[in-house]
Amino acid sequence: MISARMGELPKAPTGISGLDEVTGGGLPRGRPTLVCGPAGCGKTLLAMEFLVRGITEFDEPGVFVAFEESAADLVANVASLGFDLARYEADGQLIVDHISVAGGELEETGDWDLDGLLLRLGAAIDTVGAKRVVLDTIETLFGAFSNTAVLRAELRRLFGWLKDRGVTAVITGERGDGSLTRYGIEEYVSDCVIVLDHRVTEQTSTRRLRILKYRGSLHGTNEYPFLIGESGVSVLPVTSHGLRHDVSSERVSTGVDRLDAMLGDGGVYKGSTVLVTGTAGTGKSTLAAQFCDATCRRGERALYFAFEESQAEIIRNMSSVGIHLKPWVDAGLLQFHCFRPSLLGLEAHLFAMQKSVGEFDPSVVVKDPVSDLLRVGSDADVSAMLTRQVDFLKTRGVTALFTSLNSAVQPTMADQHIASLVDTWILVKTMEGNGEHNRVVYVLKSRGMAHSNQIREFLLTGQGIELADVYVGPQGVLTGSARQAQEAQELSDGTARLEDLAQRRVNLERRREGVEAQTAALWREFEDEADSVRRLLSHDSTGVDDRAGQRAEQGRLRRADVAEPAYAAHGRDSDVGGS
Amino acid sequence: MSPAPGEDRYELTLFVSGASDLSARAIANARQLCESHLHGRYHLAVVDVHEDPAAVLSSQVLAAPTLIKHRPLPVRRLVGDLSHTDKVLLALDLPVATPAPRAVG
Repeated sequence: MISARMGELPKAPTGISGLDEVTGGGLPRGRPTLVCGPAGCGKTLLAMEFLVRGITEFDEPGVFVAFEESAADLVANVASLGFDLARYEADGQLIVDHISVAGGELEETGDWDLDGLLLRLGAAIDTVGAKRVVLDTIETLFGAFSNTAVLRAELRRLFGWLKDRGVTAVITGERGDGSLTRYGIEEYVSDCVIVLDHRVTEQTSTRRLRILKYRGSLHGTNEYPFLIGESGVSVLPVTSHGLRHDVSSERVSTGVDRLDAMLGDGGVYKGSTVLVTGTAGTGKSTLAAQFCDATCRRGERALYFAFEESQAEIIRNMSSVGIHLKPWVDAGLLQFHCFRPSLLGLEAHLFAMQKSVGEFDPSVVVKDPVSDLLRVGSDADVSAMLTRQVDFLKTRGVTALFTSLNSAVQPTMADQHIASLVDTWILVKTMEGNGEHNRVVYVLKSRGMAHSNQIREFLLTGQGIELADVYVGPQGVLTGSARQAQEAQELSDGTARLEDLAQRRVNLERRREGVEAQTAALWREFEDEADSVRRLLSHDSTGVDDRAGQRAEQGRLRRADVAEPAYAAHGRDSDVGGS
Repeated sequence: MSPAPGEDRYELTLFVSGASDLSARAIANARQLCESHLHGRYHLAVVDVHEDPAAVLSSQVLAAPTLIKHRPLPVRRLVGDLSHTDKVLLALDLPVATPAPRAVG
């Protein structure tokens, strides 16, 4: 097309939910697309929806050329999907043209061409100003004309002509043996080929869609399950969301205070997925019910999918543990969907879930239990389905709680598949000991949360679930808390020692100060004494000199020997002199 | 097999597409065939699909040329330029070998 920029193929959105995501925006605009598959796979319906959505959503009128079904049959067949073909025809937006080509009526008597069909198609396109054309099923012509060489050449011309007219065309084809279509018309339609399939595995039928080829465009290469539901075709892309959903750091309470505390900071993240696994009778459903109860208390809506119990049973059973759900149901905040999973195929189940979530717009979804879905499909299928569910819920910011029953102590394969999908995994199990059978709960994993590693006892009381600290038995089962106790002990011991040392240091310091003070006092005493002694000494020496002088005088008077030292004379004097 | 009078008359419509060789051949063949086998008891209408689309839409014509035998019943559709004379005669319930040149040749 002229308006197309380089490298960007113009596309015509189909309006079919999921298909535009898989094709990256729709079918190649102005080119023919081949939709092929076995009988009953939904080709005609897909093609019709492409036209109807074109009219209702994109204001692109269409022409439907039916070679197989009569116009009346077609109108009746799609009326159940809410497509009012008669009205679109009356509004001049649609022409349904049935061209009868019953074999045997035509006798070939020489060369011919398909000018009649081209003219007919051209007239129809011009009448409504059609942008979209469906040819269903053009291969029927091979049954009417025996000269296939001419027919092939004419079909090639037809597709070329459609391209020249610039209409976006869908051509349906019946699947043949070893080829996409019975007469190999795929070789004429080279831009886009979509293959539909219809398989039955374990009594459950699944329709699948695959984009075999899309020239000049990126497209999903997987097989995508699709459904024909009440409102048309829905393709369910496995990973259409591409993990691009917005994340919230807002927390949502689980309804059990201590569990919130275990998860750290008030519960699970909004929009995250929580898995509760456990053996039978461990209180998984009760936990789910309490989660719903807490949600409704906040004035938000909760959707509960129950695969084992009916709504009445759940309400009765939960009220016995003090969780009263009836008022929430009456207030329209809580909705139950109770059915056996085997009622629907996996895809239909996913579709039903998406539909109810879309209608009810809950902030919390509970599925109890997802392990029941295993009866419907294989592990791989179930986990693929759950992946899509989780993606879908995350995109909508819905917090999901899945319960899973595991019969053995070992987690099942399904658990492991699910485990990688979920953000928070809570394990509930029973512990036997001392003639008792007690429930315990712990958080196995919780992405992005400083969650507790502790095992808590899980009590079902008359006021719902309560968690209690577990008893540390002599077996030493609960190493976590035992270790913590030991650590606390060690910590306190260490503190005491440190305090003791500090005290000693203080004491020593004080003692040093005391010693220093004593020393100072002694010194002061000593100095005083020394002073007085010095004073005394200086006083006494004058007296001695005086006396010595007197004595010398006396001696001189008595003519004593003068050679004697003063001291000795003095000492002797004092001895002698007495007094 | 002697058809009753009235049933005898052939109502034929030939749809052709424009002034192509194919159209010209078909028209010539049809006229020649009618003259030689249905002289005086036929009506042949020639319709160009481009000039009368309404007639095309109402008559389920896909290929051109198409010769439709409306009467006598049953309705028959002959596709092609009518160059296979034997096939045409068979389809129109006309005796194939009339003067029998085949036996001689």
